[in-house]
Amino acid sequence: MSDYEFPAENWYTQEDEWVRVENDRVVIGVTDYAQQQLGDVVFLELPEPGDELKQGEPFGVIESVKAVSDLFAPVTGEVLERNTSLEESPELVNESCYDAGWILALAPADESEFEGLMDANAYREYVEEREGSEDGDDD
Amino acid sequence: MGDLQRTPLYEAHRRLGARLVEFAGWEMPVQYTSILDEHAAVRHRAGLFDVSHMGQIHLSGPGAVAAAERLLSCPVASLREGRVRYGLLCNEKGGVVDDVTVYRTAADAVMLCVNAANVDKDRRWIERQLAEGPDAAGTRIDDRSQETGLLALQGQVAADALGRVAEAGVRRLRRFAFGVFRVADVEALVSNTGYTGSPGYEIYVPAGETERVWNELLARGADLGVVPAGLGARDTLRLEAALPLYGHELDDDTSPLAAGLDRFVKRETGGFIGAEAIEAAAAAGHAQVLVGFELEDRGVARAGHTISRDGEVLGRVTSGAPSPTLGRSIGLGYVPPDAAAPGTALRIEVRSRSLAARVVATPFVTTQAQTHSRVQER
Repeated sequence: MSDYEFPAENWYTQEDEWVRVENDRVVIGVTDYAQQQLGDVVFLELPEPGDELKQGEPFGVIESVKAVSDLFAPVTGEVLERNTSLEESPELVNESCYDAGWILALAPADESEFEGLMDANAYREYVEEREGSEDGDDD
Repeated sequence: MGDLQRTPLYEAHRRLGARLVEFAGWEMPVQYTSILDEHAAVRHRAGLFDVSHMGQIHLSGPGAVAAAERLLSCPVASLREGRVRYGLLCNEKGGVVDDVTVYRTAADAVMLCVNAANVDKDRRWIERQLAEGPDAAGTRIDDRSQETGLLALQGQVAADALGRVAEAGVRRLRRFAFGVFRVADVEALVSNTGYTGSPGYEIYVPAGETERVWNELLARGADLGVVPAGLGARDTLRLEAALPLYGHELDDDTSPLAAGLDRFVKRETGGFIGAEAIEAAAAAGHAQVLVGFELEDRGVARAGHTISRDGEVLGRVTSGAPSPTLGRSIGLGYVPPDAAAPGTALRIEVRSRSLAARVVATPFVTTQAQTHSRVQER
């Protein structure tokens, strides 16, 4: 089983994204688990600043060499900024998923939505549960 | 992943931290570290692949060569002992049952190396054809897929790395030649072949000895840069070389000529199952032919995406991926012949986006191995 880093200051979603509150905005990205599962990220399709995202709905896609996956809005809000470095350097998602590989900054519309997110410990359990079931057929 | 088959290297892959995925009914390593790194290793140094999931069907006896000649699109009788060819098993409609490599193992014997997903299908197909044909009495069919392990050592340093653990003669093997050599003290059939577009070898060993050979090649080749490589890199490598993948570019309803495989088809002599239908389809004109394309917009084309031009649907992408060597996305797909010329502008419909693409000549990436194979196939 791989080692994953899940910083304690972030919130996490069941879709393997992280959310970090920075004053009146939130920054989002994909987790260390997600980037390892995806493998080499080669392209992201992201909304424009000003677009409105709705919690739980797909807002973009992330393409690795092997596969394409949807990105889901962890909270409702308006896109303030997207990480334009990812256009030239999508590998930042693999190299630094919590810092240089951040994806969007949002103005959250409803802070009560945070109650549905997981903290780092809960998310780690959630990941381990799935890893366990993947390994379940090993005698 | 219940009910999936595992190769003799399953535990070795787990210890190496491979990510295992389902492929053709097998639990196989898709990557160990990163597809991009493993791809680059093969292009610049070497990668070692476990392809033990592939099948080996041996035909032997007085009728075997004639039977193989009738089953395969490529010439077999003229194939000298110790030589390999690529060919197609075709059906009567001129579609492709499987694409295989055929090894002339003896005057009266050949080995077919077949796709993992098609082993049972191929064996049944061959049995049925032989039962209905004139060669049945004199031909034995022996499926040794389960007892055979297969490693592919591919890349610029493959010869050096193999030379360290194998008998010296192995280095004299020319492209598309094979022989039996001791490799890591194991008797192995080694061919100068591969599915990556880089130079390299395929090494057939008894299943129980596969791990020994795997470990020796990795250990003794480590300082040359030999690394384990997974099916993810194998797919991007073969796509750069524009080598077809059964189920994507080839299937039961597609002519090998539509797929651009003319040079592996006995067009003058015919005499193989499907020959008449293949020629009839060619004479009538193929509705679609296989082309390579590069994306001009950012994004990734993948199998199943629609190819269009001026709003008109032309066909579908059969394989697509970012090319690690070229740094842009490439793909293969079927389009009408009038859209097949290099330079033709196409659109690839990727979800909500329409991406600009351009038909290009294949292979996308030309390597030493391919130049050699081209010359020797003629």
